Amino acid sequence: MGLFEAILLSIITASTPLLLAASGELIAERAGVLNLGVEGMMLIGAVCGFAGAWATGSTAIGALCGIVAGVALAALFALAAIGLAINQVAAGLALTILGTGLAGLIGAPLVGENIAAAPHLWLPGLTDLPLIGKLLFGQDAFVYLAIGLMVGIAYVLARTRTGLILRAVGDDPASAHALGYNVAAVRTLAVLFGGGCAGLAGAYLTLAYTPFYAPGMTAGRGWIALALVVFASWRPGRLVAGAALFGAVSILQLHAQAFGLGVPSQLMSALPYLATVVVLVLISRIRRGGSVAPAALGTTFVPER
Amino acid sequence: MAPPSDPGQTEPSPPLFLGRGLTKRFGSFTANDAIDLDLAGGEIHALLGENGAGKSTLVKLITGLLQPDDGQMMWRGAPVAFAGPAEARMRGIAAVSQHFALFDNLTVAENVALGLDARASVRKLSDELERVAQRYGLPLDPKREVWRLSVGERQRIEIVRALLQDPQLLILDEPTAVLTPAEADRLFEVLEQLRADGRALLYISHKLEEVRRLAGTATILRGGRVVGRCDPRLESTATLARMMVGSDVIAPKQSIHTIGEPRLSVTALTLPPDDPHGVTLRDITLQVRSGEIVGIAGVAGNGQDELFAALSGETVIDREEAIAIGGTAAGGLTINQRRELGAAFVPEQRLGHATVPTMSLSDNALLTGHGTGSLVRFGLVDRGATLALVDRVTETFDVRKAKRDPEAARLSGGNLQKFIVGREILREPGLLIVDQPSWGLDAGAAGAIRQALLDLSATGAAVLVISQDLDELIEIADRIAVMFHGRLSPPRPVSEIGRDQLGLLMGGSGWQTTEARDGAGA
Repeated sequence: MGLFEAILLSIITASTPLLLAASGELIAERAGVLNLGVEGMMLIGAVCGFAGAWATGSTAIGALCGIVAGVALAALFALAAIGLAINQVAAGLALTILGTGLAGLIGAPLVGENIAAAPHLWLPGLTDLPLIGKLLFGQDAFVYLAIGLMVGIAYVLARTRTGLILRAVGDDPASAHALGYNVAAVRTLAVLFGGGCAGLAGAYLTLAYTPFYAPGMTAGRGWIALALVVFASWRPGRLVAGAALFGAVSILQLHAQAFGLGVPSQLMSALPYLATVVVLVLISRIRRGGSVAPAALGTTFVPER
Repeated sequence: MAPPSDPGQTEPSPPLFLGRGLTKRFGSFTANDAIDLDLAGGEIHALLGENGAGKSTLVKLITGLLQPDDGQMMWRGAPVAFAGPAEARMRGIAAVSQHFALFDNLTVAENVALGLDARASVRKLSDELERVAQRYGLPLDPKREVWRLSVGERQRIEIVRALLQDPQLLILDEPTAVLTPAEADRLFEVLEQLRADGRALLYISHKLEEVRRLAGTATILRGGRVVGRCDPRLESTATLARMMVGSDVIAPKQSIHTIGEPRLSVTALTLPPDDPHGVTLRDITLQVRSGEIVGIAGVAGNGQDELFAALSGETVIDREEAIAIGGTAAGGLTINQRRELGAAFVPEQRLGHATVPTMSLSDNALLTGHGTGSLVRFGLVDRGATLALVDRVTETFDVRKAKRDPEAARLSGGNLQKFIVGREILREPGLLIVDQPSWGLDAGAAGAIRQALLDLSATGAAVLVISQDLDELIEIADRIAVMFHGRLSPPRPVSEIGRDQLGLLMGGSGWQTTEARDGAGA
């Protein structure tokens, strides 16, 4: 296996958790809810996923535990930010702090334990193909799931009535309410979906990326996922490209260090955020009027009574 | 339009909708107080009342957007209670609201799809939409996003959306506010057709002439109570207005004044739009002189928004001398520099353009007054001065509000517009440019605004009024020009130009052939 192929493989592995977490956040934000608790939900997903797999020996059950944990934490956020109409930024930040603390508590006895890493696909003939074999046919289930999820999200958003209602709620909840849509229900479901995705993204880290648990192991990936949604200007297609780019930056940073290049690693780590700022500037230059972001993003909605 | 048929012609049918003792309270304020309302199929029923009379609340009760605190609603003889708008819509109640329930980032077709319960695909709906739009003469491009559309075009979406639901009861809130007389006539034909189909129509309007033309029954609200029921065809506009307002409406009087030097000169202004779907302004030439009011008529979306933006400085023009304010070339100046030359501007959108909805009136007063006058001293806001300005506007223009300095969004449309116009007039401008001064206002507030504009011009200021309400322009303007496809007709004195002639220009005929051809290609 050449170095180039190894780099490509590790970029895919690094991109997958970003893509999973960002797709969930994309759905929540398209419904107008800014959930800054992605990092917290990923951490809790990572530790619960690991605990599930460690106890049962099954990657699938581990992944399920991660999703359930993410959904549970997102439900707490939905209760606060949608049910009680608390400021979304404050509730999201609190969620990240809570998630970090809870994960540390649950994970304390698990530090140092090992599990078997998620199996990779192996198709006789295809997987053995040079260069593209392992890239296309030798990934673990999470990678295929993440791509399938993205395709599904793109289709639902662009082509289905469900997607239309979701976008409408994120654009103008008052009008959506006036037309008879249940804004709170749509938003809650979107947030729960986002929580499930973040939990799964966290579980990927402990089940496939590294088959062990360490405190704080998401290392800011939740924040990168948030930046990624903005970077992609809320479009699923661009999200895939952005995830690959951000994943590549984090991998190249490691290789750059190995080769002794004189680029400070801190600068490399900051690249995703710098890229997001550049993209924000660009979209505001190119498009006038209207809104690329969901117009009601981050605003609470309480129907008139 | 066909003359309203005699109610005796149609079979007396049982009321489609019956409201008994409908009451809605917000805290200690009673918006609807024991209102009775009968709506029968095959009848156009007018709901009259000033802003704040409780019309909107009543409509919200009927459409399920609000639930009554007291009283009973019957639909086809059976008691009903709507938990939400979807339930009312399911039974065949559709509404064209004054506040558009539209999504700016979605396309026309998507907006319509959201208003329908049918699970039709957006693409199939586009064809259906185009068909209905054509049939009723309400042209719409299904693929355009709403934020690119003018107010008039947005209303078309609402009307078409309601018509696509094939409603039994159709509620229309001020539907003609932004239509030309010809378009309004076409709409009346549609409404007459719907009435003849046996549907019930609840028609809310401040335009008493329209109500007299259209409706067979009228219910008049004042202060949340029913104060009268009548057959509007048997009443005069004056008696209807008296019932609605409770006193005679003061019609603005044409004051005698002398016309002086040009305060605004637009010379051969040609301007491509910022927005690819906007209207190109073509060779616009116009003068507004001291002491006169010039009106610009035209159907929404013919370049009025672009012209206002160019005049106010929201769009800056390369050719400086295309616009001159008080003799100074101003095409390249910013809004504030134009204000320093004595100009003042009142944009069409009251909330979000003329004012910041969540900011207090005093802060909103500061927004247009910070560059001129004495609201700011040594870089610090003089709170006393801004509050005093709010008080002066309140007193001079009779702005009614709950407290001294509320948020702009808390004011009713009429009171907010009085505040906005008053804020600009008290700056004693030499030139005032107003877009749609009385859109959606009741007769009382609209009259007050028009009178204020007349008074301002009498003091020697030049006033330019862009409006889609032809009656308004005929009432106050000295000269009227018409906008069509980005062109402006030469302004003609009101005494010399007839309403029919204006209507033809607004509809695109009567232009020189070359102009019409260029315009059609725009």
